[in-house]
Amino acid sequence: MEELIKFTLNGKPVEVTADGDRMLLWVLRVDLGLTGTKYGCGESYCGACTVLVDEKATHSCMTPLKMVQGKSVVTIEGLANNGEMHPLQRAFMENDALQCGYCTPGMILHAYELLKKHPNPTEGEIVNGMEQNLCRCGAHKRIIEAIQAAAQAMKGV
Amino acid sequence: MRQNSDLDLDFTDRLADIQFSRRSFLKVTGGGIIILFLLGDIPAWGQGRQPLPTDFNAFLHIAEDGRVSLYTGKIEMGQGVVTSLAQMLADELDVALDSVDMVMGDTDLCPWDMGTFGSMSTRSFGPPLRAAAAEGRLVLMEMAAAKLGKPADQLTVEGGVVYLKSDKSVKVSYAELAKGQKIARKASGKAPLKTPDQFKIMGTPVTRRDAREKVTGKAKYAADIQLPGMLYARILRPPSHASKRTSLDVSGARQIAGVEVIEDGDLVAVLHKYPDVAEKALTKIRATYDTPASDLNEKTIFDHLLKVAPQGNSVGRNGDIQKGKSEAAKTFEMTYLDGYRAHAPMEPHAAVANVEGNKARVWPSSQTPFPAKDEIARTLGIPPANVHITPPFVGGGFGGKSVNQQAVEAARLSKLCGKPVQVAWTREEEFFYDAFRPAAVVKINSGLDGEGRMLFWDYHVYWAGERGAQHFYTIPNSSTFAHGSGWGTQPGTHPFATGAWRAPGNNTNTFARESQIDIMASAAGVDPVEFRLKHLSNAKMQRVLKTAAEKFGWTPAAAPSGRGFGVACGTDAGTSVAAIAEVEVNKATGKATVKRVVCVQDMGLVINPQGATIQMEGCITMGLGYALAEDIHFMGGAVLDVNFGTYQIPRFSWLPKIETVIIDARNDAPQGGGEPAIITMGGVIANAIFDAVGARVMQMPLTADRVKEAMKKA
Repeated sequence: MEELIKFTLNGKPVEVTADGDRMLLWVLRVDLGLTGTKYGCGESYCGACTVLVDEKATHSCMTPLKMVQGKSVVTIEGLANNGEMHPLQRAFMENDALQCGYCTPGMILHAYELLKKHPNPTEGEIVNGMEQNLCRCGAHKRIIEAIQAAAQAMKGV
Repeated sequence: MRQNSDLDLDFTDRLADIQFSRRSFLKVTGGGIIILFLLGDIPAWGQGRQPLPTDFNAFLHIAEDGRVSLYTGKIEMGQGVVTSLAQMLADELDVALDSVDMVMGDTDLCPWDMGTFGSMSTRSFGPPLRAAAAEGRLVLMEMAAAKLGKPADQLTVEGGVVYLKSDKSVKVSYAELAKGQKIARKASGKAPLKTPDQFKIMGTPVTRRDAREKVTGKAKYAADIQLPGMLYARILRPPSHASKRTSLDVSGARQIAGVEVIEDGDLVAVLHKYPDVAEKALTKIRATYDTPASDLNEKTIFDHLLKVAPQGNSVGRNGDIQKGKSEAAKTFEMTYLDGYRAHAPMEPHAAVANVEGNKARVWPSSQTPFPAKDEIARTLGIPPANVHITPPFVGGGFGGKSVNQQAVEAARLSKLCGKPVQVAWTREEEFFYDAFRPAAVVKINSGLDGEGRMLFWDYHVYWAGERGAQHFYTIPNSSTFAHGSGWGTQPGTHPFATGAWRAPGNNTNTFARESQIDIMASAAGVDPVEFRLKHLSNAKMQRVLKTAAEKFGWTPAAAPSGRGFGVACGTDAGTSVAAIAEVEVNKATGKATVKRVVCVQDMGLVINPQGATIQMEGCITMGLGYALAEDIHFMGGAVLDVNFGTYQIPRFSWLPKIETVIIDARNDAPQGGGEPAIITMGGVIANAIFDAVGARVMQMPLTADRVKEAMKKA
């Protein structure tokens, strides 16, 4: 059933009239043109579709649109602040924490939540926190290093 | 300017000269200087398909603004050639790395290329690319000499500006030299290349050039291409590769507003402006199928594969096998099994196609854009010249995106509905239509003499193929046969498609060979590193193995020592590699956990040490999957793994401590770097498991159940 869904997307208010049972992933990618959020498995196994909903890492492939009514959604396109990349984005670049780059938006957004919970994470906390995000190229080692580097860079911010 | 007969040809003349009858892709480059060159050979099968130039298949362009572009049919899929190729070009041409643009895989802009695979881009591509860049530098130096009125030997170049060595104020930039020019020159190969001590950019670690787009979400993959009026298609799929459709009712799908249903022979699809609505419509289609019963599954497949295997091809032989067998003090007859593996890139196959009249524009996730172009042209019945393929970023390939079925489907549907169409496979479709790494069997009979030296080696590989089948040890009597190809399928062999999977064949062959070597070392009561060194005469391999042992802190002990240390060696794509691993085995469950991997590689000259290291790390991490867990479950042609719930790929918690070493061999030709390290992972872990608990697992993946089973027999 079509309904009016209002939420904040990357800091700006949006209104979408759509079937509220449609998954957020497709509304973001197709209706709103934000293709940085990726389809990887469609069943919450891989984390490629991760976005932040009220600062929580959320699999948009299994999140009905109506669930974000009145909430704040951040996608990879909205992580930079006035053109200034987030420390996580810089750390992923500087640490070569990606190869094909397809899992990268989901990795970065999940790491964002991780650093909220653990501003000074141990390696074990990073591994546990990121365990549900899959990467096939095998960039895991450098993703851990990038998250550590970002945590350092964010100290005192 | 007339210094050389090659220099005054305009592009049109040059094109006529090389019989390039298709529309001029050089037009798009505008003025400037072009160096045409040949990368490796153009295969004969490529030449027959369409008029192709036979003397070049890539070119570099120095534009009138001084920017330099490399036009190549290769593509970037995460392996980093977008960076390493640019490094080679910038260094030989003496320009800044950030003034180099890469134009890759676009079939209208780039010369024909068969595809990106086999760790070929750097090793085959490197020498001619460097030669072409050096030639470009030579041309520009000659022009600068004329312009400045100074002899070329008194000039030098830095960052794209030619200076008089004795007076830096006397200078002219590449941009100024290229301005107003229309020069095309074929590389003569006569320009001298830089020697490693002259490198400024090659051999220097450089971070990825495409990282910014990838961390900001701007990088466009095939499914991210959205055209006005585009429809998203979902295609009806059979339950098994052996299924025949017996009935079809699409009326339920037609009732959904805005859904278009297309039926064209085997192709039944629903299309909608939203992919999720198309998905919903697909569930409304009713279809029945006849699926013949099959008793083939992941357990019975090996007997079947042996039954249908052809006579082998001899890959290598020396000495007299029969004599070796009769004189051996101890013999070891073993059979190794390896299951099917999925490529499982994070990006499933996707393509956008827009067919208008007899012209097609396609954006596919593809490792092989030029073959895709030919296939689409054949399918649509239009000339190849009318098909323009632009490969976007590719979200992982590993060999799996050499097959372009999704691009053909998108083109067919676009033609049928008259609108742009996106076909983006679901994860289930990705598993179903993957060209899997083939299940395979290796039978080895080998023996030791009375002094514990290898005396004979009789090796038969079934369906993995020749790559990596030939051993590199000193064995006086040896014979190697490959039965059946590891590529593609002969009907009746596999119940679904098989194909090239990162270092095709070599993962299976190296697992079997290195396990067998370990079995003999253990039987001889000799430390497995020492045993290998005793049987190695190849200096390159000796060096990587010794370096690995040193880095690991290896102390000699015959296996099983209880330490959980394993070793494996291998060769792939011209590169020698050795790995040593530490594994912990849970004796109650049999579960093996890899704690540490040291990997050493001699890959000749390394263009981007950072990129090469990352490829090694990626190989080690990805290799944990095929070694420990990944295995396709199936019943006949029905693939039972449909998502990552049952098909487990490596996760963060699997990650061992990884240490990599690249041997400094800068004076040797560059070799492959994207695949070699992965081949050692099965063998090194199997051997470490044996060292830990004395259990020899003969089948990959080395699952907890199989380790436990082997422990009972040990």
